[in-house]
Amino acid sequence: MNKWFKSGSPWIWLSAGGVSISLISVLGLLWLIASRGLSYFWPSELYQFELTDQHGAKSVVIGEIYDREQIPVSQLAHLNLALDPEQEILERLLIKTGNRELVSLDFRWLLSHNIQKTQTPKDLVVVERRTNGNFYGFIESVVVDGKEVDKNKLSELLTRVDNFQEQIDDLQKSDIGAINYQLERLRLKTRKYQLQDKLTPELQAQIDSEIATLNQEYALLEQELMGYREEISRDHIVMRAMDGQLVTINFEYILKVTFNNQLNIIEKTGLFFSHIASFLIEDPREANTEGGVFPAIFGTVLMVLLMTVIVSPFGVIAAIYLHEYAGKNAFTKLLRIAVINLAGVPSIVYGVFGLGFFVYMVGGSLDQLFYSENLPSPTFGTPGVLWSALTLAILTLPVVIVSTEEGLSRIPSAMRHGSLALGATKAETLWRIILPIASPAIMTGIILAIARAAGEVAPLMLVGVVKMAPNLPLDGNFPFLHLDRKFMHLGFHIYDVGFQSPNVEAARPLVYATALLLVSIIVALNMTAVSIRNKLRERYKMLEH
Amino acid sequence: MASLISSNRSRGVKNSLAKWLITLGGISVLFTLVLIFLYLLYVVKPIFDSAQIEPKVSISLDLTTNEKVLSTGVDELQEVAYEITETGNIDFYHLKASAPEADNQFTVGDNALSMSLLSNEDFNQEKVVNVVNSFSANKLLHTTKGKTLLIQPSFYAKYANDTREIIPQVNYPLGQSSLIIDEQQTPLSQLAFAMDDERIVFVAFTEDKRLIKTSFIAEDDFSSSSDGDDVEYETIFQQIELTDDVIDEIKVTPDLSLAFIRSASTVYVYSLNDDEEVSLKATITPTLDNSDTYLTSMALLSGSSSVLLGDSSGRVSQWFEVSTESGRQFKEIRTFDANDKNSQASNAITAIYTEQYRKSFYTMTNNGMVNVFYTTSSAHLWQGKLSSAQPEAFAIAPRANGLIIIGNDPLDASNKSLQAFSVHNEHPEVTWQALWQEVWYEGYPEPDYIWQSTSGSDDFEGKFSLVPISFGTIKAALYAMLFAVPVALTAAIYTAYFMTPGMRKKVKPTIEMMEALPTVILGFLAGLWLAPLMEEYLPAIFLLFIFLPLSTLITAFAWHNLPNNWKDKLPETLAPLLLIPVMILAIYAAFSLSGVLELAFFNGDMRQYLTNDLGINFDQRNALVVGIAMGFAVIPTIFSMAEDAIFSVPGHLTSGSLALGATQWQTLVKVVLLTASPGIFSAVMMGLGRAVGETMIVLMATGNTPILDWSIFQGMRTLAANIAVEMPESEVGSSHYRILFLAAFVLFIFTFIFNTAAEFVRQRLREKYSSM
Repeated sequence: MNKWFKSGSPWIWLSAGGVSISLISVLGLLWLIASRGLSYFWPSELYQFELTDQHGAKSVVIGEIYDREQIPVSQLAHLNLALDPEQEILERLLIKTGNRELVSLDFRWLLSHNIQKTQTPKDLVVVERRTNGNFYGFIESVVVDGKEVDKNKLSELLTRVDNFQEQIDDLQKSDIGAINYQLERLRLKTRKYQLQDKLTPELQAQIDSEIATLNQEYALLEQELMGYREEISRDHIVMRAMDGQLVTINFEYILKVTFNNQLNIIEKTGLFFSHIASFLIEDPREANTEGGVFPAIFGTVLMVLLMTVIVSPFGVIAAIYLHEYAGKNAFTKLLRIAVINLAGVPSIVYGVFGLGFFVYMVGGSLDQLFYSENLPSPTFGTPGVLWSALTLAILTLPVVIVSTEEGLSRIPSAMRHGSLALGATKAETLWRIILPIASPAIMTGIILAIARAAGEVAPLMLVGVVKMAPNLPLDGNFPFLHLDRKFMHLGFHIYDVGFQSPNVEAARPLVYATALLLVSIIVALNMTAVSIRNKLRERYKMLEH
Repeated sequence: MASLISSNRSRGVKNSLAKWLITLGGISVLFTLVLIFLYLLYVVKPIFDSAQIEPKVSISLDLTTNEKVLSTGVDELQEVAYEITETGNIDFYHLKASAPEADNQFTVGDNALSMSLLSNEDFNQEKVVNVVNSFSANKLLHTTKGKTLLIQPSFYAKYANDTREIIPQVNYPLGQSSLIIDEQQTPLSQLAFAMDDERIVFVAFTEDKRLIKTSFIAEDDFSSSSDGDDVEYETIFQQIELTDDVIDEIKVTPDLSLAFIRSASTVYVYSLNDDEEVSLKATITPTLDNSDTYLTSMALLSGSSSVLLGDSSGRVSQWFEVSTESGRQFKEIRTFDANDKNSQASNAITAIYTEQYRKSFYTMTNNGMVNVFYTTSSAHLWQGKLSSAQPEAFAIAPRANGLIIIGNDPLDASNKSLQAFSVHNEHPEVTWQALWQEVWYEGYPEPDYIWQSTSGSDDFEGKFSLVPISFGTIKAALYAMLFAVPVALTAAIYTAYFMTPGMRKKVKPTIEMMEALPTVILGFLAGLWLAPLMEEYLPAIFLLFIFLPLSTLITAFAWHNLPNNWKDKLPETLAPLLLIPVMILAIYAAFSLSGVLELAFFNGDMRQYLTNDLGINFDQRNALVVGIAMGFAVIPTIFSMAEDAIFSVPGHLTSGSLALGATQWQTLVKVVLLTASPGIFSAVMMGLGRAVGETMIVLMATGNTPILDWSIFQGMRTLAANIAVEMPESEVGSSHYRILFLAAFVLFIFTFIFNTAAEFVRQRLREKYSSM
């Protein structure tokens, strides 16, 4: 034993333990996010519990099992349960019961001790709704235009409503949105002319006539919209809830009706993927706690692309300077320290800088110069997608520099000498020889920068992210790309829904799903970058021989 | 040939152009860093500037020398000022000339409006003795015969032709006739009042030496009419018992709750809340320097909690109520010295003027010296002389950015002049001392470090101590390092030194993958998954700290005693993989045992046991959660750099050591780690830098309460999280905004030092390795 200790072997094993802990935590973390995130999409079994509480009162609870917990009996002493004295631990189930119009809380704890009977009735349905969350219960009747019809007609009716709903969305988003946007632009135009003292009566008349046409169009569209609205609110279903109450749900509010307990594994898989798809392409509902995350994906991608456009040239040029042009002097050392520090400065400091410098100073001046007709409401003098992209560009600059420089340093100097010896200038060597060879390294740097930017939240909270953006920064209205708009972001979505939403418990699965999405994007980006880098290293090794 | 030459020339131009562009691009990196540094500094700097007072306008007044001026004032924009004389006249003057295109043309000093305030027959040509100010815009005139009139000089802006003109007017909130304050209508020697929408409270000392309190209670609302003739109110007269028969000064707090009555060097505090009986609440007897020092003046600080007492030795003391063991008492909190810094002489304070919204005050001494102080930060902001002699009237502009002084004209002694000064004093509440030392805030039992930047009420005293949040930053970082350093360094040592190359190629990127994980996800898991889990299985977490190393050692010992052919099949190099199932079992065991342990030792619930039996506060989101979550965030940083440093220790050093008979472990400890120690140090520094600046994890995994407590079961607020929480709500340019920039600047400097030190060490190490 003593000898064993002296050999140092236990210490080696302990240090191996460090590796194991790290591996367990990385893989465990990924597994945790993946399992919780994916289970959000899986259609779960619907249960009907018959309960008898300690006073003998009977009741029925319908819902999904959300969580299980073991609790010591001593904590339940106040309930005076008639328990086996030997029993120390009791199981408790968290049931998602939905039906927000009947009970204020979506969730309910049940003691397994009180459950008399557990069933999974085949005709139990879950109704996904636009407002008030899910409804669990049995379909009592389907009513079309005031007349009761066969329940089998349900899917047909739902398709009909879906079609109308799509048309309504189109109308509201593109057509009416465009008219509102044009009206706002006309108002600003008038104000601009007023400020410049150029508003002649002819101009005023012209603008007025434009406004009149737009208003007419608006009235027509609104009529059309009202028509659709009437169509979709024609029919309703009557549901029986767990306590036997009958509830009428208008088709207007129904998104989907599923008989989870009737589904086989293939149908469930199909539903699972359709849930994933709607999560990716739909807008959020109910203060972000339900529905999809499309605007957040869109905002993240757009902001990151803008950032890439800004950071790539600067990062590459700085790396080329450091590696190809800079001499071995104190100034270069200073530059390197600057790069290291840019990488090490906390991201929130960039946020503070971005807010003060870009938003208030640069943006404020831009507003004074070019958007005075909007004042006092700011255009660029307020957080927005452009400022976010710029701030993150500074933040990710060192990532691009370090990666590009690594690529440059691996190019054998013989290649440079060869090119120069054949009479090419230094610039030509760079452009024709060095950059093409280094391009995968540059690519790696850019991908790593994108991965970093996609996951960064703290600075964005100051310079442009919002919980709910009414409009995407890119749309069909001139000038199409609205750099001044605020945007939604996946990372901020996680923070906001997980910590700021009124019903955290109900929103948690969605947060896991969003986290899974973000992690997959970032891990995929990183793996791509790493594999490009590894391939590159091997190729350089070949070049050296 | 010619074309070749010209093409060569253009190639040369392109080449040098490229060189310049690239150099510019390279330098821009340094420029960016310097820009961030300078910009932060530029925003922060104004909070440390001291106050400046500069003369702006001087107007000679059209008054005879012996006509005394009793009061003065100015509008918010400092365009029109006024004075009230003892004959009851009010005169408004323009401080700013009209714009050239304005309809109504005037220059500086032109009279804007003059009127007699005492036109009502009640006053019968009496002279005004005194004009009493309140914290609102209202002023109370009081005449030799004890008649009183409430007036409100007010201003409105008129816009025409794109120009703005400030038009003065005088309102009479209670009408133009005299108010009856004393039931017996005796002349008054001292008078003070305060009012809100429903109530006016007067406290007065009559010439026949009665101290009285009179309340006007509006039927409806005092602000409902501007001319005041139709305001109806009920009057309650009360008499206050008093032992002294001389009273020097009376003040009533703006919330109508207290009256401060100074008789020589004693101040009596009366509670005014009761309409039946006015009770003596406290007596303040300041300890004065020596026997011939006495109190000379008294003033209330904005927010109605503090009273300022000035004495004949040029000292001002601040008093407020503090809860002590023997109930609430008035205590002397701090003193200010208003004497000339360059001379030994002491001069009595003649008057103290306080700002309406902030805790700044101005003192006047009998040699005409003016001082500006701020109470909370104990800041002495300005000292100097504004006029040659004692001014007759003194007023602070409503936005505290200007002063009006009326006194004898410095150029023409037979005349009087009105002088306007501009004051630059935007951030008096911030001093080095207020940020980093204990400050005694109003209502607190003792000096303390408090961060509380905003509150609902207007007269809130901002508490800007950076100590609790800097402490929180250090606490969070240290707990994170406590967790991360052992794991990261052991992992780095094993990976760099003992691991097979094939395995290293897989393991290293996997651990480094963790660095790419967005911290918002770590924070979310910490706050919503780990924190509740930990609360439920608290004993399990502590068991893990024993179980994990123990299970490792047991496995190691078991392996050591394995038969040799087994050892060949499961070589020691697979240790990390062998340990994974063992550790998962250990974790499972810890969590299963948790409930049993709780039942056995902690009455079924460790959390309850901690709070109820041991009296330890337990936050669900505490330092332990942050330590583990942020530990995970910094493990890859430390691991990656330390591993590089150990891996690049030259091979001949280890070979030499092993050849001389040292064991693997001895070589590692005595040779490898020693050589790589600067690199390991720099890795830890980098990790610390990252932990200090991390925002999202602490934001989500702590309760963000700025407390000073090392307890592992309590949360904290860090600099970074504080910025993220408060920045979006702070007003641009305010002290709060600038202090948040200061917090960012502190973080910047913190990490700058860590990173630069780490980088220096690494560069030195690289040179050392290359020379080996």
